Amino acid sequence: MNEIAPVAEAFDLSQYISSQENKSFLRFLTCGSVDDGKSTLIGRLLYDTKLIFEDQLAALEKDSRKHGTVSDDIDLALLVDGLEAEREQGITIDVAYRFFSTDKRKFIVADTPGHEQYTRNMATGASTADLAILLVDARNGLLTQTRRHAFIASLLGVRNVVLAINKIDLVDFDQTRFEEIKAEFETFSSGFDFDSCEVIPLSARFGDNVTNRSEKLSWFKGPTLLEHLEQIDIGSKHHSSEFRFPVQWVNRPNLDFRGFSGTVRGGAINVGDEIVVAQSGKTSHIDKIVTMDGDLISAKDGQSVTLTLKDEIDISRGDVIAPVHSRPDVSDQFAAHLIWMSEDAMLPGRPYLLKCGTRTVGASVTEIKHKIDVNTFDHHAAKQLELNEIAFCNLALSERIAFDPYEANKDTGSFILIDRMTNETVAAGLIWFGLRRATNVHLQALDVDKASRSALKNQKPVVLWFTGLSGSGKSTVANAVERKLHGLGRHTYILDGDNVRHGLNKDLGFTDVDRVENIRRVAETSKLFVDAGMITLVSFISPFKAERRLARELMDAGEFYEIFVDTPLADCESRDPKGLYAKARRGEISNFTGVDSAYEAPENPEIHLKTTAKTAEALADEIVERLLTDGFLGQNKP
Amino acid sequence: MDNHSQSHLKGLENESIHIIREVAAEFENPVMLYSIGKDSAVMLHLALKAFYPSKPPFPLLHVDTTWKFKEMILFRDQTVKKHGLDLIVHRNEEGVKNNINPFDHGSSNYTHEMKTEALKDALTKYGFDAAFGGARRDEEKSRAKERVFSFRSSTHGWDPKNQRPELWSLYNGRTGKGESIRAFPLSNWTELDIWQYILSEGIDIVPLYFSKERPVVERDGTLLMLDDDRFPLREGEKVEQKQVRFRTLGCYPLTGAVESSADTLEGIVSEMLVARTSERSGRLIDHDSSGSMEKKKREGYF
Repeated sequence: MNEIAPVAEAFDLSQYISSQENKSFLRFLTCGSVDDGKSTLIGRLLYDTKLIFEDQLAALEKDSRKHGTVSDDIDLALLVDGLEAEREQGITIDVAYRFFSTDKRKFIVADTPGHEQYTRNMATGASTADLAILLVDARNGLLTQTRRHAFIASLLGVRNVVLAINKIDLVDFDQTRFEEIKAEFETFSSGFDFDSCEVIPLSARFGDNVTNRSEKLSWFKGPTLLEHLEQIDIGSKHHSSEFRFPVQWVNRPNLDFRGFSGTVRGGAINVGDEIVVAQSGKTSHIDKIVTMDGDLISAKDGQSVTLTLKDEIDISRGDVIAPVHSRPDVSDQFAAHLIWMSEDAMLPGRPYLLKCGTRTVGASVTEIKHKIDVNTFDHHAAKQLELNEIAFCNLALSERIAFDPYEANKDTGSFILIDRMTNETVAAGLIWFGLRRATNVHLQALDVDKASRSALKNQKPVVLWFTGLSGSGKSTVANAVERKLHGLGRHTYILDGDNVRHGLNKDLGFTDVDRVENIRRVAETSKLFVDAGMITLVSFISPFKAERRLARELMDAGEFYEIFVDTPLADCESRDPKGLYAKARRGEISNFTGVDSAYEAPENPEIHLKTTAKTAEALADEIVERLLTDGFLGQNKP
Repeated sequence: MDNHSQSHLKGLENESIHIIREVAAEFENPVMLYSIGKDSAVMLHLALKAFYPSKPPFPLLHVDTTWKFKEMILFRDQTVKKHGLDLIVHRNEEGVKNNINPFDHGSSNYTHEMKTEALKDALTKYGFDAAFGGARRDEEKSRAKERVFSFRSSTHGWDPKNQRPELWSLYNGRTGKGESIRAFPLSNWTELDIWQYILSEGIDIVPLYFSKERPVVERDGTLLMLDDDRFPLREGEKVEQKQVRFRTLGCYPLTGAVESSADTLEGIVSEMLVARTSERSGRLIDHDSSGSMEKKKREGYF
């Protein structure tokens, strides 16, 4: 028999395990401004709840001598600041997740950074939290970052907040100071939709009122921080509890089994219930709810299961299964709050990827309704969004998706935007409501279509998109190509950058935002010309890859030829046919491509013209030859 | 996930299954790193659950340093056979040829060559665009910072200061050519959760976790087991038979044993409850300096 775990202890163990099973679970985050002591507070909670092992404590003592910011004592913040850079600088850069438990609850803490440039990491922590602890330094009271974090927590649907007035020891445990900050916070937070809001004075460094009641704070009658965290009832995450099941993976081990694997996001479902596939409107009934531990008769919010249906209907990843009587919204347009998380500004019209549930589609912001000042909560007009800015926007998607308002369901009402070039996550979004416009404007079916129009012209329509620096020779080459095609009896049209700016786009300037809109309009216009069966030549600097890609994606496959008119900047500048480079160099024109605005060269253009060695005529012949080879100029050879 | 209406362990299980399925659905060529330890055992169990009645749609990869405990290799082969899974075993053959070993080359050089480099080699060789690892955020400070979907550059490097924001349960699995994602489905589990789950699900683990009389030698305050005759004894060192078990498993010359009499899962869990040292202290490679795990991770270690 073993010595360490005798029979008596083994008995305690089984009791212990069943008590663990019944423990509730709370996820919270700590936030607030720099140096308000967030990491120290978590270190204190871990230390006081005996979650620090002896070897970790020894390492901490060693580290405190090397990096510590609190002179002789062990620096509890070093328990959580895990990255070298964080330890060196004594700050928190990224979210750290920590775990501790008491007799009553298990906790996951997200420790989030206070510095403004890391606000996006704070939003990351808040997205999965039930409760937020906002720290303030008793000496400083509420700061900009405190307000910003309270606002983000509220926006992300964190319904329970604790204002921890830290470093109370540094104001001599003064009740008047506590009441001042409390009053200020209560005025400030009354506009938010918090279910609970507790204000607690404490000292994370010395442990007063964190887990242990402090004599020095005898005037405070409320709970200690830990008591509050153990007791608070956070209720359900979803305000409405309709069944939602975003399909992750089609489960098809053999011909006899076809199931749909996913996680229930809200509500519950029973065998026999009638369901609908939100996007297609196809209905069926639940046949089985399959798990490796045996079939279930029902499944509820949070459970990962595999559903089989009574009927063979078409379902794939990204579809949402819902009850027939309470379907989610299905639309390709909605209004949402966006938290911008990228160094590169968000430009309306620029194409991004949007991931909502298990569905990823193309998306762009069609309009910024207003930007929100996180200090005053005032609304401002905006043309673009910078890092950490929050705005209310309209978005348009490439396909219809199923969703709910974020308020009703955090899982089916949230999304991220992904940059198509860098693959970075550039924004977090919270859906407010669907926009009906798109659903009510149905496409008019026409009897004469693109194929019949172009057949009459004995050609296949195509967009020849000439891109290159100002003065590279785009218009000259495009002009020569049109002349040659016209001579061959083909139907063409040129959309020239400068000419279009005199009419269709005369309201647009040269900022990044306007350049994107400029291209969007020209791309849409050339799409109409292609639909009319024309060979459409577009001669535009179009400096950004993202917008050229937008134009490409509007057309059908094979209908877009990107032609890179590749002339070195020095040559363009020495030609300077319109005297623009000279003006830009003198500072009379700003945002001039190649001078103070970037040109992103195409990586894989269909046609790459090196202009220095050839004449415009020769280059034009090259293009016509290519169109002939690729079958755009019909049967009869010229 | 609604954490309030289901038990703590079921909540973790559901979250992990969701993550494992997301990887299988979003990547073309994922792989599951299988290190044979208790965390791998739990991860594999969750993968079996995630795709049931199908088999997991990806192979397992074991990076074999050639210094693993014999019982681990035996257990690995039995497990793969039992579940009918695909297993890829990869070794740094150059390192084997040059006899890179933990005794002559030091733990840090050895680990770099036989584990980190071998792993990167294998990922490049097979073109995996996603690799599951069983790491947990409670293990170590730099792990506590890591995302569930952790982006790796085309040279397998990790940039801890520039991680993608990761909100709700929306994981961004987009990568460019040659880049990859390390996915950590056990991120939110603690060591105690792992043991409780093994206990409640009846998951098989390598017998080395259970106490038994084994031949050990004490070196620099650590008990090392002599798993075969490649272990060179230093002067004055004496092999003793002791009642020991392992809290983590790795290469036998780098894995410290603890004296214990816990020979059942119940015994292990109750020992854990009174334990005063963290599990990674049994791994010699972490002790070089406080930032050593972050450094290894930047270089491509799991």
